[in-house]
Amino acid sequence: MGSLFRSEEMTLAQLFLQSEAAYACVSELGELGMVQFRDLNPDVNAFQRKFVNEVRRCDEMERKLRFLEKEIKKAEIPIPDTEDNPPAPPPREMIDLEATFEKLETEMKQVIINQETLKKNYLELTELKHVLVQTRQFFEEVQFQSYPLQLASEIAAEEGHHIQADSIGLSLTAGVVLKQRFAAFERMLWRACHGKVFLRHSEIDSPLEDPVTGYEVQKCVFVVFYQGEQLKSRVKRICEGFHANIYPCPENQAESQEMILGVMTRLEDLQNVLGQTQEHRYRALALAAKNIKVWFIKVCKIKAIYHTLNLFDLDVTRNCLIAECWCPVGDLNRIQQALTIGTERSESTVPSILHVVESNLEHPTYNRTNKFTTAFQSIVNAYGVSDYREVNPAPYTIITFPFLFSVMFGDGGDGIIMALFAIWMCVFEKKLASSAKNNEMWGTVYAGRYMILLMGLFSVYSGFIYNDFYSKSINIFGSSFSTNGTTNETIRKNLFVTLDPNTTQYLGSPYPLGIDPIWRQSTNELTYTNSFKMKLSVIFGVIHMLFGVSLSLLNHTYFKKRLNILCDFVPQVLFLVGMFGYLVFMIFYKWLAFGPHNSDVAPSLLITLINMFLLKPPPQLLYDAQRAVQYVLVIIVVLCVPWMLAVKPIVLYIQNMKKQVRKPKYANLVNETEQESEPVEPEPDQKEKFDFSDVFIRQAIHTIEFCLGCISNTASYLRLWALSLAHAELSLVLWEMVLRIGLSMEGYVGAIVLWGVFAFWVVLTIAILLIMEGLSAFLHGLRLHWVEFNNKFYVGDGHIFAPFSFEVILDDKED
Amino acid sequence: MATATVVPIVVVTLFWFLVGVVAPFFVPKGQNKGIVQLMLALTAVCCYTFWACAFIMQLNPLIGPTLSNSTLLAIQWNWEGNYANTVPPTY
Repeated sequence: MGSLFRSEEMTLAQLFLQSEAAYACVSELGELGMVQFRDLNPDVNAFQRKFVNEVRRCDEMERKLRFLEKEIKKAEIPIPDTEDNPPAPPPREMIDLEATFEKLETEMKQVIINQETLKKNYLELTELKHVLVQTRQFFEEVQFQSYPLQLASEIAAEEGHHIQADSIGLSLTAGVVLKQRFAAFERMLWRACHGKVFLRHSEIDSPLEDPVTGYEVQKCVFVVFYQGEQLKSRVKRICEGFHANIYPCPENQAESQEMILGVMTRLEDLQNVLGQTQEHRYRALALAAKNIKVWFIKVCKIKAIYHTLNLFDLDVTRNCLIAECWCPVGDLNRIQQALTIGTERSESTVPSILHVVESNLEHPTYNRTNKFTTAFQSIVNAYGVSDYREVNPAPYTIITFPFLFSVMFGDGGDGIIMALFAIWMCVFEKKLASSAKNNEMWGTVYAGRYMILLMGLFSVYSGFIYNDFYSKSINIFGSSFSTNGTTNETIRKNLFVTLDPNTTQYLGSPYPLGIDPIWRQSTNELTYTNSFKMKLSVIFGVIHMLFGVSLSLLNHTYFKKRLNILCDFVPQVLFLVGMFGYLVFMIFYKWLAFGPHNSDVAPSLLITLINMFLLKPPPQLLYDAQRAVQYVLVIIVVLCVPWMLAVKPIVLYIQNMKKQVRKPKYANLVNETEQESEPVEPEPDQKEKFDFSDVFIRQAIHTIEFCLGCISNTASYLRLWALSLAHAELSLVLWEMVLRIGLSMEGYVGAIVLWGVFAFWVVLTIAILLIMEGLSAFLHGLRLHWVEFNNKFYVGDGHIFAPFSFEVILDDKED
Repeated sequence: MATATVVPIVVVTLFWFLVGVVAPFFVPKGQNKGIVQLMLALTAVCCYTFWACAFIMQLNPLIGPTLSNSTLLAIQWNWEGNYANTVPPTY
């Protein structure tokens, strides 16, 4: 059972590491993952620590790596998932890594800038091409040789002016503007130039890529005709304001054709260059992608090592680093080995020393778990990490939690489905592990796969005992009730017939496995099963709580607190057994002693219990000596309360008085020895002070909590009944209202309807019965463990052992 | 007590005794020996108690089931093979 029964024995150790060997040793310890370092420089600022420069360099490297990763993702190159775990490289390799990253980063940045420039040029040329093409179209429509003048006279003719062609000095400006802005552009031109400009435009069909943002935008070409310098400058400024690009317009068709050809060739060249740049970038990134995961791991490890080295204390005189760490006693050999390997790797002459130290600081709690027990330990830890060397409730939880779940779930059919689901998860563990890391909800279910398996298997068993499989009972052995003696007349005259167990209608021996299947066919089933389930809940509750109290005995024995055994454990047991142990006894006695022959005198147990505490005589006797026994029990139970309340504080007070009497003689000696205290203990011992009121109040709270808690906790276990009732009723509804309708239809139509009804039934079963009820029973089972069971013995104030382990750090990084 | 009562008691008790008391001795040595022994013992205790409660409760039933007359006929017809009551079952 080892460390799961109690947390492992931990010890504080001091490490003396040579400065050169420190890095390698810490690297080895990180791979081992068995030590938790303490911070020996708590009041030093993060920027004043010794290795702050190295950490900064690591941060720089990480930044460069992230930049590279982003570029790789943008180029959509797949990053292979490497399974290997490279060790942390020595410090001199760090410089090489830095140089590599620097080179890659500058190369990438250069490539990006080049690409941007090239794309801008490409855009300009494309726009120019469009401008040329569109203006050619404009002028071709008019079919004149010399464009501006002819057009101007045409315009003049439209407007009714007579202008001499020669004296007109019309200029034009051609450009490209965003389509969205064109309307505003047009209006602005009209207003600013008082309508003395002529604007023609046409859209560019294909969208163009904006080099800066990378988005595609729609643009249109425009041509503005105007006269005079003033208008020219105004037009130019408006164009600048609307971010319209202006391009030179050719004078005649021949020039236009030449320009177009020139532009086309330049565009082609640019395309080639762009393609080549893209390929070069892709190749460089692909090369980097192969190694990037390994680099990330290496940099992460280097950074972790330097962070840890920052926690150490530097002893300048002896040129060594002193570290303090918590480690499990059982692993001291492996740690020593790791230190030796580290020292050898760094080729240092001075060996590293591990020195075990005694300490009164709170030891961390470490429980060694495997893949099966991890889930159970984690639900215990979720409530509270156990104190150092306290009894750990986890190993019992492995069985009691799925068992109590199954008592609440209680359906064999749903249990089979749950178990199959869990078997699938467990068999395909390795394949599902990677997908479980990405999704949090699925990951939680996957982490609890062994728990779900146990829950499912126990639910199948409880399905047999409750005889409930999707609300149907199965009749394996033959019912123990028979319909002997019911005549034809009885059947005809009465709608309902009750079988009488006092006659031969009860065959004398009960159904061998679980509840008789005839009860499912009867109308008074609930009366019978409710009584059963309620009594079952109380029985299980009392057993579970007694188990909890007896675990506290183990704690008291281990921590050598004999006073607690006498003043806490014994009265608690007497109280619990006296009240509810007696109730359990009465349940069993009534089951055994009262039968169909004396069913009219069977007393109600609840009334009996209440009357017992009101000291009233029981109306119907369960057994002969009942009055006397009950009186004695009540007296014992009532006496337990002051016993729990007062005895311990008084004894502690007397003990303290005796100590005070002895103390003054040795006061001086005590002061002297305190000055020689070890450097490990920063806080002075507080145990000497004894506050009677504090102890008394604490004891009073414990007593009240236990006594009232006994009653409320026993009642709380009735949720075992309540949830199984809810589940049974829900599955009954699903059968009666859904599946039965489908099954009772006949013919071909019935077959199709059944197909649909069955699908509906399956969806409802999974959603309501499995998921909702499953979660509900899980939660309530957890609550029973956390509150009713744990508060009988568990303190749970410890802190968990968090070792320096690369595996843990890398796993956290991945999230 | 009738044979039909004693047989289940003996069989089930023997089964859980084997699981909970005998099997822990045969757990192979290893790191998890203690946990497996504890699991077997706890399972046996819990499951045996569960079965025992159900069994003891039904030893001396104080009430009997109330059946509708159609269900009663169906039980006579299907479970007991008793076709004496010639009233045909109406579902």
